[in-house]
Amino acid sequence: MAGIEIRSLRKHFGDLHAVDGVDLSIRDGEFLVLLGSSGSGKTTLLRMIAGLERPTSGEIHIGDQRVDGDVPPRARGIAMVFQSYALYPHRTVFQNIAFPLEASRTPRKQIEEKVRWAAELFSISRYLDRYPRQLSGGERQRVALCRALVRDPKVFLLDEPLANLDAKLRNTARDDLKRFQRQIQTTTVYVTHDQVEAMGLGDRIVVMERGKVRQIGTPQEVYEDPVDTFVATFVGQPPMNLLDAGDPSLPPRTLTGFRPEHFLPKSVFGSGEDLRTFRFAVRRVEYLGSDRYVYGSVAGSGAPDATIIAKLPATITLGIPEGETQEFAVPRRALRYFDAETGLRRKG
Amino acid sequence: MTLPFRRTLADREDVLGGAMLAPALAYVILLVGVPFAFAIALGFSNATAGSLSFGWAGLHNYRAILSDPIFLRALRNSVVVTIGSQVLVVVLATAAAQVFRATFRGKRFARFVLLLPWAVPVSLAAIAWTWIFDSTFSVINWTLKAAGLLHGWLYWLGDPALALLAIIIVQAWRIFPFATVIVLAGLSSIPQEIVEAAIVDGAGFWRRLFRVELPLLLPVVAVAVLFGVVYTATDLGVVYILTGGGPANTTHVLPTLAFQRGILGADLGQGAAIAVFLLPFLIVVAIGMLRLAHRTEVGGAQ
Repeated sequence: MAGIEIRSLRKHFGDLHAVDGVDLSIRDGEFLVLLGSSGSGKTTLLRMIAGLERPTSGEIHIGDQRVDGDVPPRARGIAMVFQSYALYPHRTVFQNIAFPLEASRTPRKQIEEKVRWAAELFSISRYLDRYPRQLSGGERQRVALCRALVRDPKVFLLDEPLANLDAKLRNTARDDLKRFQRQIQTTTVYVTHDQVEAMGLGDRIVVMERGKVRQIGTPQEVYEDPVDTFVATFVGQPPMNLLDAGDPSLPPRTLTGFRPEHFLPKSVFGSGEDLRTFRFAVRRVEYLGSDRYVYGSVAGSGAPDATIIAKLPATITLGIPEGETQEFAVPRRALRYFDAETGLRRKG
Repeated sequence: MTLPFRRTLADREDVLGGAMLAPALAYVILLVGVPFAFAIALGFSNATAGSLSFGWAGLHNYRAILSDPIFLRALRNSVVVTIGSQVLVVVLATAAAQVFRATFRGKRFARFVLLLPWAVPVSLAAIAWTWIFDSTFSVINWTLKAAGLLHGWLYWLGDPALALLAIIIVQAWRIFPFATVIVLAGLSSIPQEIVEAAIVDGAGFWRRLFRVELPLLLPVVAVAVLFGVVYTATDLGVVYILTGGGPANTTHVLPTLAFQRGILGADLGQGAAIAVFLLPFLIVVAIGMLRLAHRTEVGGAQ
């Protein structure tokens, strides 16, 4: 059990600053998700914690041990699950899970017990004699988790472990993973580019972009109170609408942001609600079963052609004819303001 | 409206396939198949060079060579040289591949030098080696002597045991570059994440090598060894130039003995019998190795 402290960590590959000055404090037992698109530096950051990559500068502390220098991965008390699972194809499931124990010269009997215990936990006991190629993707993923678990690591490092599963399996695997982490309470750092995964799993989310941390916060904080336009549009699907509303009460060059699910026909709101009304020119309606996405533009805004999206839950059955302009509104409490130049959040 | 359609040669895969295979097939049949069948037939005949007579001799040639101590010695030498050189090759090639996997200054040049033995004609190389093993000028002896490691003198090609060792060294030297290249290719086919998983799992260099990398390399190494076995077991040049089978016929291998009996000694029948003697064994070895390579294929986890 240990927390992780990261101080002004950098990793440069020639001119590329993959990780560009990251400060991060991961609490003991926390499930922390590093969220970013490819090239954001999230995987490099994880690999530096693991010891697979050497930092250009900065410090990493795991528990009370400073590890950024010459401390090899095996001495860091970490376990890692790779995106491809990286199971040893020539070894059976049992031998795969036993490998880290053999490497630490655990007595044979203890290895046997531990492997069986872990396999039981992930209900893969039936497969212990099989080879990885005889398993499905979900089973392989569980073997990889078992292999990580038997080392009793202080920290779990997971690099997109669900990316190779099909969508259906991913939901159950996510649930299993979260339950498992709550049970064993081991500090976990989880890398993903999938914001649904990040929201669903993380106690806190670190949003990264081009080697820098943009925001750290609970899923709710990151979603409700994005610190800048990058986070606002990166988290949430469809992304937050941003427009220059040309509102005279706001300072010049201010972007108004609101989530598609808050942008609804004016008639559905109660009369007591403090609303900001827009004239919404509906271009196209997309019926998705549980929701309707309405694509269009807002007349009188700074960029009248920019696409604005409204997300109407199935409970709103009001007809939205394509090609007509309607009164849509957003509750004022759901509006977020950003500086158009810097992209940073503006209070008010 | 459909365009007028005319079948061209390119549309007729059956004919086209045959036409394209024909040159290669003709080449193999005429230059490999026919002499090969001829050699097998000769082994059962009493044919001699310089005469066109071709009489059926049954198993006479085989009976004759099996009771011939020189043949038995040559057979043993063939086995010793083949196995000895391949063991050396596997160890050296695995080690060299580890070195060449790292990045260092002059890697390209080192790679070029590594491949040289492969590019040099066997005869030229063997002549160079005869000087290295020369009874008077042997650079090995002089070096060992200067380093104070050798007292007395080694007659490399004059002593049967040392001569055999010399042959093993030269054969290993010859196959080694090829094996290294194959092992290097095999190493780069091991997914990086598997190696990293082993590092994170706490495996040090040796455990990674013996428990992860080598088992995954097994199919590739098997192919390299298969080639090495065939090249070495069928090679004539090295032994012929280095020792000529001497001293006193103690270092003959099957190809050199076959050449001596069949061509120089004009007993075509017996020469052929010696030459094809190893064939059944080589076939068994080849099948075994290919099975091994097939069974343990890399990348089963993907």
